[in-house]
Amino acid sequence: MGKNNLVMDIKDFSFTYSGAEEPSLKKINLPVLENKITAMIGPSGCGKSTLLRAMNRIHDLYSGNKYEGLINLYKADGSKENILDLKKENDFIKLRQQVGMIFQKPTPFPMSIFDNVAYGLKLSGIKNRSELEGRVEKALQGAAIWKETKDRLKESALGLSGGQQQRLCIARAVALKPRVLLFDEPTSALDPISTGAIEELITELKEELSVVIVTHNMQQASRLSDYTAFMYLGDLAEYDKTDKIFLNPSKKLTEDYITGRFG
Amino acid sequence: MGGKLFRNFSFLSATLSFFLLVGIFAILFTYAQEAMHEFGFDFLFTEAWEADEDDEGGIFGGYVPIIGTLLSTLIAMAIAVPLAMGIAIFLTEIASDAIGKPVSIAIELLAAIPSIIYGMWGLFYFAPIVQSTVGGNGVGLLTAGIVLAIMIIPFMAAISRDAMNTTPLVLKESAYAMGATKFEVIKDVIMPYSKGGIIGSIILALGRALGETMAVAFLIGSVMSIPGSITDPTTSIPVLLANNFAEAQDLEMSSMYFLALILFVVSFIIISTAKFYFLGRKVKG
Ligand SMILES: Nc1ncnc2c1ncn2[C@@H]1O[C@H](COP(=O)(O)OP(=O)(O)OP(=O)(O)O)[C@@H](O)[C@H]1O
Ligand SMILES: [Mg+2]
Repeated sequence: MGKNNLVMDIKDFSFTYSGAEEPSLKKINLPVLENKITAMIGPSGCGKSTLLRAMNRIHDLYSGNKYEGLINLYKADGSKENILDLKKENDFIKLRQQVGMIFQKPTPFPMSIFDNVAYGLKLSGIKNRSELEGRVEKALQGAAIWKETKDRLKESALGLSGGQQQRLCIARAVALKPRVLLFDEPTSALDPISTGAIEELITELKEELSVVIVTHNMQQASRLSDYTAFMYLGDLAEYDKTDKIFLNPSKKLTEDYITGRFG
Repeated sequence: MGGKLFRNFSFLSATLSFFLLVGIFAILFTYAQEAMHEFGFDFLFTEAWEADEDDEGGIFGGYVPIIGTLLSTLIAMAIAVPLAMGIAIFLTEIASDAIGKPVSIAIELLAAIPSIIYGMWGLFYFAPIVQSTVGGNGVGLLTAGIVLAIMIIPFMAAISRDAMNTTPLVLKESAYAMGATKFEVIKDVIMPYSKGGIIGSIILALGRALGETMAVAFLIGSVMSIPGSITDPTTSIPVLLANNFAEAQDLEMSSMYFLALILFVVSFIIISTAKFYFLGRKVKG
């Protein structure tokens, strides 16, 4: 903590969707620091989701995409691996257990609250009932949703409110103790109160892990994040400490975007 | 004006179909009375189907056609359910568009072929194959069951595929993002999510298999005896009705109405269950 250790490092990363003529990302260079929150902002279509989805190789569910460059993931022991080199399903699974993802809309699985949170744990091979119970409880507490759910763990997760569902999805991801959590506009489908709860939760999460969050909400980016990346038309236009980006950006483009003067 | 007319018309059609349903039930029930009084519950367990010399009475029991219907349907379902699920999963999750699209269209076309064609094909092409590989004389329970399965697979696969296709992409992606394999995503997300539609398709196919007449008439052998082995010929309710209806009189006729009533009630229960599942899914989603 306090030190600026890298957890992921994106270098000269370019990405072209299957069938597309133009690359959606062009030579992106972006560090992701350990136990920090990195926000990605930028106008619609600039490639934020595309970059985020490269970081857990979820793009690879679909064939034909082309990419180059490298994305290093640093392990706890300091070693690193280029996740773009991974080829086997097993390696993708290990990667996704370390780099979790939360989507825009809550995505509870059609199963009970308990099973939702236990799902990733079971997949990772944990079968012991009491260990599962312990880790589910811990994850639900970690996602600040234990109080609301502890008496209804066996009920379907589909019965929760949208905000609760999103926190459940965070709990589900946190349960795996990932090194990085990727959030793609996690609050854009939620009311202000649920949004507040999620923001608070994300702030707490950075004690344990590193966060990358895509958001269209400038206040959210400035409130939450330590570092901000401003993307524009597939380029990383500017990356710096969040204070710097919001108070004194070095590019006119960045200033125009964050002040809402965008044509 | 037009709206009112239309509303009245819809109301009329809706009530009409309801009365039709009740009417059919009432007619079956009425005509079945004689046999119901004569045989009661024993009808279900009597093997004989014999008219007296004078054609005015006799002993009629539903045991053979009921067992034949149940067994041929059971064989058909045992073959069709796993295969149809496999096809649906292949089409939604595994096949590329280049393969999936043509297969999808072929499946829909197969589902539209009239059953008599399956019957003819089964008799001339498939029965000899069964005879030479499994034994028996070609027509019988197994042949009927397999061809029935072939008939209902496309239908079941098409509906299950549509149900599985409704699984939201993000839901699947979330499961992958948790470290799930393709198999686990299918098992834990897609199947539970589309459970209602899948069960619905199975039940509708079951209803179709139970009531299928033409294809089975060609293939089951139409023999009034309990099959001793899986390749033996027997008969089924719809086949017996179709074969005997023209000549039957009095008690035999009433017995056939009794059989028809049994089939009607069973099918009705099955279709209602399917509807219940389809609706149940809509309410939830
Ligand atoms: N599956 C796809 N196939 C082809 N092109 C795509 C695909 N998904 C996105 N794109 C294109 O890639 C570019 C970047 O899209 P991306 O979804 O990353 O933008 P974004 O910054 O996340 O936008 P938003 O803020 O609207 O979510 C866009 O031009 C988009 O049209
Ligand atoms: Mg996006």
